[in-house]
Amino acid sequence: MEQVLRTHKVSKYFYDPEKFQVLKEIDLSVNKGEFLSLVGKSGCGKSTLMYILSTMDTDYEGELEISGERVTGKSLNDLARFRNEHIGFVFQFHYLLPEFTALQNVMIPALKQKKYSRQEVEDRAYQKLKMLGMQDFALKPSNKLSGGQQQRIAIARGIINDPDIIMGDEPTGNLDSYNTHLVFDIFRELTHTYKQTIIAVTHDAEFARNSDRVVEMSDGKIIGSGNQKKSTVTL
Amino acid sequence: MKLALEIAKTHLLSKPKQTLVAMLGVTFGIGMFIAMVGLMTGLNNFTEELTMTSSPDIHIFNDITQERASILEEVNADGINVVHHQKPKKESSKLRNALLITEVLRKDPRVIGAAPTLGSQVFYNYGPIQLNGVISGVDIIEEDKLFNLRSKMKSGRIEDLKASTDGIIMGTGLARKLNVKTSDRVVITTPEGYTMTLKIVGTFQMGIGTVDNIRSYANISTVQVILQQDQSYITDINVKLKDLHKAKMIAPDFQKIAGYKAEDWETANSTFLTGVIIRNILTYSVSITLLVVAGFGIYNILNMTIYNKMKDIAILKAMGFSGKDVKQIFMIQSLVIGFVGSLAGLVIGYLLSYAISKAPFDGGDFISLDHFPVNFDPKYYIIGIAFGVATTAVAGYMPSRKASKMDPIEILRG
Repeated sequence: MEQVLRTHKVSKYFYDPEKFQVLKEIDLSVNKGEFLSLVGKSGCGKSTLMYILSTMDTDYEGELEISGERVTGKSLNDLARFRNEHIGFVFQFHYLLPEFTALQNVMIPALKQKKYSRQEVEDRAYQKLKMLGMQDFALKPSNKLSGGQQQRIAIARGIINDPDIIMGDEPTGNLDSYNTHLVFDIFRELTHTYKQTIIAVTHDAEFARNSDRVVEMSDGKIIGSGNQKKSTVTL
Repeated sequence: MKLALEIAKTHLLSKPKQTLVAMLGVTFGIGMFIAMVGLMTGLNNFTEELTMTSSPDIHIFNDITQERASILEEVNADGINVVHHQKPKKESSKLRNALLITEVLRKDPRVIGAAPTLGSQVFYNYGPIQLNGVISGVDIIEEDKLFNLRSKMKSGRIEDLKASTDGIIMGTGLARKLNVKTSDRVVITTPEGYTMTLKIVGTFQMGIGTVDNIRSYANISTVQVILQQDQSYITDINVKLKDLHKAKMIAPDFQKIAGYKAEDWETANSTFLTGVIIRNILTYSVSITLLVVAGFGIYNILNMTIYNKMKDIAILKAMGFSGKDVKQIFMIQSLVIGFVGSLAGLVIGYLLSYAISKAPFDGGDFISLDHFPVNFDPKYYIIGIAFGVATTAVAGYMPSRKASKMDPIEILRG
């Protein structure tokens, strides 16, 4: 199995109010096409780990490798470019840019990447929106959409640059059960049909149970990591 | 860059009211700057021009009030001498070799023209009343070269003076006081008691009361006759320079050449020029204050915008925008506000200046002026826009930098 992400003895400390080790020598590898849930109690360090994996947090010890490239030690500017190309994000509070239309929101990371012409970017954005059933809302201002719709737009934005990994921070945390199912199904489809790798921090036990693999953390350590049988049962 | 521009544009347009308020701050700042500078420099130029019309760039004369050593000091140089209330020697204010000096000065490459003149205090007799005044004996053609007299003639022609032996050209203020017109005759008396009847061949207006109300021009020979002096009697030489701002430097040279006191126009009109300096200080300090206030407005609004957009900034950073990109987005916003605001400011400033220049203003007897003089020099418009953009750039830089340094994780974690 091809590895997309690998950490080697990643540790992190918080210094405020006093020195405290949040992450203790985490070793983790993620395979391509894997749908991984990161679970654990509040304060166990799972979000902290995810932000290190996402390359946004650079203040840690150990090594991080994504898509065969060592990202530890890269400059902030290089990391920004790296994120743009290799990582897509889906957050709890959707975080669309409210002044822009749904389509523009989806297009921004691709325009930033400058790999495709504007027209191509627009075509690709439409294609992603269609995949998520959101093409009819493309020209709506994003702050006029419902929570579930916004989250789907955010997913389209997360995958516009065909990233190696999608990182989700409680991607369904703010959604009702209908939309949670919807988002979960989209994630499933992305991993199974498009071989997309997804790492999601979640509190939702059902969500975790139905993903391919659950990594459970406690007190800054991984205490359990198990592949589950590929569930065909939807929630 | 293009993307940053687009995001900046969307930010600006999505809150048009806020953007407009920020712009208006700059607009008023620059507008007032333009109007004030226009009026102040207009006034300054006007006074400077007046000064120039009433005084030569360099004036050479025999300064008989200059201090000299007393005879006692000459004889008893080592002793302790006390001389109370020493009076000047009876000395003619005649310049020796005046015509020769004039010739030498005319050959100087820094000089446009030099005109020998002689002047005297006179009384103009108006019935039983005597009005105090001055009569200048000039070569009117040379004088025209120096002071552009021709354009200041209100009636008659300067050639008429050249052609007559007892003609004078009189200041309009003086003519009004004496109730005389061109071709009328006027009787003058010198302090020595010599009386002569002269014919007015024309009137001039310099636009400055201290000249128009007391001065007349006559031919050199006429004044020499009035003063009962010989034909070499010249008391002053007026010099016009190619660059009048070098007068202060050149004057000492001429003093050496001529052997008489050479006074530059800046020294002669220092009270006038002090006013110019004070007005300039005032203009710039008020304008800078206005712009600083506008700058604080922009700083405030951008700070607020950035505070409101923290989530957006975090998400942009997560999506791969570097700190520099984020800084760019907000810098573009402040520069657009600055540029558009300044541009509108120039328009407002121009309109204000235009309105001021049309406002009636009575200069009274002292200065002949019916409207405010306003300067429309494009230089100040360029300074205005440069200053407006610079202020907004500085005001926008700090909040933009703050945005670029913002840690996205803290915001995303909530």
